Amino acid sequence: MTLEALLVVAAALFAVGLYGAISQQSFVMLMMGLELMINGALLALIAFWALSAAGNPQGQMLAIVFMTVMAIEMALGFALITNVYRVRRADITEKLRKLKG
Amino acid sequence: MNGSLVVDVLFWCFAAASVVTGYLVFRTDSMVRAAFWLLASFVGVGAILVLLAAEFLGVVLILMMAGKMLIMAVVMVMFMMNPAGLNPMFMVHQHRFAVAAGVVSFAGLSVVALTVDFPDDPVDPSIDATAELGFELLGDSMLVFQTAGVALLATMVGAIALASRDGRFGVADEGSLEPMLEIEELESP
Repeated sequence: MTLEALLVVAAALFAVGLYGAISQQSFVMLMMGLELMINGALLALIAFWALSAAGNPQGQMLAIVFMTVMAIEMALGFALITNVYRVRRADITEKLRKLKG
Repeated sequence: MNGSLVVDVLFWCFAAASVVTGYLVFRTDSMVRAAFWLLASFVGVGAILVLLAAEFLGVVLILMMAGKMLIMAVVMVMFMMNPAGLNPMFMVHQHRFAVAAGVVSFAGLSVVALTVDFPDDPVDPSIDATAELGFELLGDSMLVFQTAGVALLATMVGAIALASRDGRFGVADEGSLEPMLEIEELESP
């Protein structure tokens, strides 16, 4: 389990997430892509923490901030999906041609 | 039989599982199943974090994602057409560009990972990483920790303001109709 192997796995997770975030039409699937990208970033962060930074506790602190970002993204994303659906009956990105409510 | 070989085998199993399940998220017909594939991907990464001596973070990641993916599955059933995967579903746009972006980002990040010479300074196995994180959370990084808490509180307020029944975008009950299955034209200019 070398740092390079961990970073390549993290890059693969990030790339799959980027593919999903760009290609998916459904809002929820798009958010899943974003989650996968953060997942890859989190793995790379902990890989650096464990193998390249001597276990500095501030690295774990940054991981806690990442998880907070994940939770915020998810909660606000669902609130926005609820609203967009209520106002526009839209559940895929193609149904939104303009941002104004 | 030494311990590092076992760790290596476990790492490659979890790594392959997390990447493959992450890919299956976008290949399954059922959106609920996609949520559970994503959960499987997070469990794989959480297990790798445990292998890397970040036990607390790995287990917290798995627990948090289990709750989050259940909420996601419920939201899927509420809003999305075809939640059960009875019909084939392949809803993508700009597919070729997305594949190219994924491949390019993977190649670029891998080249950086394999060519840059990062410092080799592994974590000391004798330290208690969880205890250190606890002292960091309530010591030097207390302000960061509190800021994260306040940000989550603001998120809760914002999410409730956006999604409440009598929110600024009208009464929620009007949204409880079935989703339309075809893409209809909005209004003509």
